[in-house]
Amino acid sequence: MEARAVVAESTPAITVRNLTMAYGDFTLQRDLDFTIEAGDIFVIMGGSGCGKSTLLRHLIGLNEPARGEILYGTESFTKAAPERRSEMLRRIGVLYQSGALWSSMTLAENVALPLGEFTELDQSEIAEVAALKLALVGLAGFEDYYPADISGGMQKRAGLARAMALDPDILFFDEPGAGLDPISARLLDDLIIELRDSLGATIVIVTHELASIFAIGTNSVFLDAESRTMIAHGPPVELRDQSQNERVRRFLRRGES
Amino acid sequence: MSMAVSSPGELTVTRGVDGTVVVRLAGSWRIESGLPSVAALEGVLADGPTSAISFDSRELGDWDSAVLAFLASACRLARERDIDVDRSGLPEGLRRLLELAEAVPEKDDARTSVIDDAFVQRLGGKAIDTHRLFRSDLDFVGRLVLAMSRAARGKARFRWSDLALLVQQNGFEALPIVTLVTFLLGLILAFVGAIQLQTFGATIYVADLVGVAMVRDMGALITGIIMAGRSGAAFAAQLGSMKVTQEIDALETMAISAMEFLVVPRVVALCLMMPLLTLYGDAMGILGGAFVGVTMLGLSPVEYLLQSADAVSLSHVVGGVFKGSVYGVLIAISGCLRGVQSGRSSSAVGDAATSAVVTSIVAIIVACGVFAFVFYMLGL
Ligand SMILES: Nc1ncnc2c1ncn2[C@@H]1O[C@H](COP(=O)(O)OP(=O)(O)OP(=O)(O)O)[C@@H](O)[C@H]1O
Ligand SMILES: [Mg+2]
Repeated sequence: MEARAVVAESTPAITVRNLTMAYGDFTLQRDLDFTIEAGDIFVIMGGSGCGKSTLLRHLIGLNEPARGEILYGTESFTKAAPERRSEMLRRIGVLYQSGALWSSMTLAENVALPLGEFTELDQSEIAEVAALKLALVGLAGFEDYYPADISGGMQKRAGLARAMALDPDILFFDEPGAGLDPISARLLDDLIIELRDSLGATIVIVTHELASIFAIGTNSVFLDAESRTMIAHGPPVELRDQSQNERVRRFLRRGES
Repeated sequence: MSMAVSSPGELTVTRGVDGTVVVRLAGSWRIESGLPSVAALEGVLADGPTSAISFDSRELGDWDSAVLAFLASACRLARERDIDVDRSGLPEGLRRLLELAEAVPEKDDARTSVIDDAFVQRLGGKAIDTHRLFRSDLDFVGRLVLAMSRAARGKARFRWSDLALLVQQNGFEALPIVTLVTFLLGLILAFVGAIQLQTFGATIYVADLVGVAMVRDMGALITGIIMAGRSGAAFAAQLGSMKVTQEIDALETMAISAMEFLVVPRVVALCLMMPLLTLYGDAMGILGGAFVGVTMLGLSPVEYLLQSADAVSLSHVVGGVFKGSVYGVLIAISGCLRGVQSGRSSSAVGDAATSAVVTSIVAIIVACGVFAFVFYMLGL
C-alpha cells in the first residue's frame, strides 16, 4: 500500500510508448503513445473493430507488440523476463468480456484459486475472503454454484470478484456493461468508482457505453479505425465538448456533430 | 414493391448517342430467380467511352437484394472506370440501401488475399507451416519437461483435487470399455491361434499364444488406442474450449501457468493409470482366451491358466506395463498439445479433438514399432 502511494505521486501507472499492434501483416493501430495515471478510470474507446480489445490484450501481456513497449510504473513490461513478468501480473486483475470463469470450479473456488496460489492464508481464511469478495459483488450465498448455473450478468460479477481477489493495483475491464440490463450496468459503474476510491486501484476500461464513459471516465484515449492510430487523448467530457476532431465529437455525441 | 401480378425481370442496357449508358430495369426481380446480369452492362461499357450511367426503373415491379447486389456491382464498375452514376432514376428505397452499403468503405488490406498460388509456392508455404508447427510442438514439449521437473520438486502449482478427479475419469471410469475390448481381443487371438494349432493337436498352446501376445504387446497397445480415443480427445476438447471461453487467458494473466495447472495433472494422471489399465487389460485378454479354450477347445480352466502362467514371464509383464505408461504419456501430451494449439471457435475445438486422436494413435503405433525393435535387439 505504501509503495502504491509513492508511485501515485511520481510516475504513471502505465505508459504506452510508440506501440504498434498487428495481426500478421495486418497493422491494426500504430504509434500509440499515452500514459495512464495512477487512480485514473481510463477509458479505451473507438468504433467497432478498431482494436480496443487487442490493445487490452497487449496491456496484459496476452499479445506481443509488433513495435514499441509498455511500461508498468517505470519498468518495461514488454522487455521483462518471464519470471519478473509473472510478478508484475500479480498486481493486476482482469475482467474478461464473457467472465472467463473456470468452468470446472465453483464460484468460491474461482475466487479462492489466486488467494491459495499467492498468499499465505490458510484454508478457512481463504474461504472467508472468497465469500467476502463474492458478497461485495452481490453474490453472497452463491459460493457453491458452478459458472454454468448462473446468469451472464452474474458470471460477469463473479469474474469481477475473482479479478479483485488479490486487491490488485490495476484492474482491466473488457466491455463490463455489455449484456447487462441498464440498472445492473449502472450498479457496476458505481462499483467501479467505489473500488477506485476504496482500494486506490487504477482502472482501465474498454467500452462503447457512452453513459458509463461520461459517468466514470476520468481520462481516455480514442482509437480510430480509419487512420489506424489514436486521434484523441483526454477526459471524455472534455473531448465531447472541445475536441477538434470531427470523428471523436461525432462518436461521443452519438453521430451529431 | 407492390405490384400484384409480376412479370419476370427484364434488363436492357442501351447506349445513347451522347455516350451515356441507360440501364433499364423492368418487371419483378426476386433473389430466388437470379440476379440481373452485370456482364451485360460490362459488355456495353467495353464498347466505347462512356460519360455517365443512368437508370430507368419506371417499370420495375417487385425488387429485393437481387437488384441491390446488381446496383452495387454496377457502381463499383463505374467507379473503377471513372464514370459518373446518376442515381435519380432509382426508387427511393434502393437509393438509400445503396448508400448504406457504401457507407463504410472497404479497408484496403482487410481482405485476405486468396490467390491461386503456383504449385511450388504452395509446396513451399506448406513446408514453412509444417516447420512452424513442428517448432511449436517442440516448444510445448520443452516447456512441459520444465513444468514436470518443477512438479517433481513439488513446486508446480496444480490442485490435488483436479488430479484425483482426472485419475478417476481416466482410470476407473475407463474400466468397462477396457474390459469389453481386451476380453474380445483375447477371444479373437484364441480363435486365430486355435485354427492353426488344432492341425497339430496342440490346442493347449493357445494359452501361450494369447498370454504372451496380450502381456507383451497387445494389452498395452489396445488399451492405449482406447485411451487415445477416450482421454486424448477429451483433453483436447477441454483445453480447446477453455481457450474459446478465455479461461486459459485468465490463468495466464493471473501468472498461473496453464502448463502446470492443466497439462501436468493430465500427464501425471495418464502416466499413473495406463500401467494399471494395461495390467487389467492383460488379465481380461487372458480370460477371453480361456473362455474360448474352455468352451470350444475342451481345455480345463485350471489347465489353461497354469499353461498361461508358465508361458508368461515377469519380464514380459514389466515390459508391457512400461510400454503402457509410455503410451499414456504420449496420449496426454498429444491431447493437451492439440488443445492448447486450438483456435478460438467451436469448429476449431472439434478439429483439435480429431487431431489429438490421430496424433496420439500415430505416436502410439510408432512407439510400438520402436519398442518391438529395441526389445528384439535386447533379446527380451
Ligand atoms: N486473432 C486474430 N487474428 C487476426 N485478426 C484479428 C484477431 N483478433 C482480432 N482481429 C482483427 O483485429 C481487429 C480488431 O479487433 P478487436 O477485437 O481488437 O476490435 P475491438 O475494437 O475490440 O472491436 P469491438 O468493439 O467490436 O469489440 C478486427 O478487425 C479483427 O478482424
Ligand atoms: Mg472488443
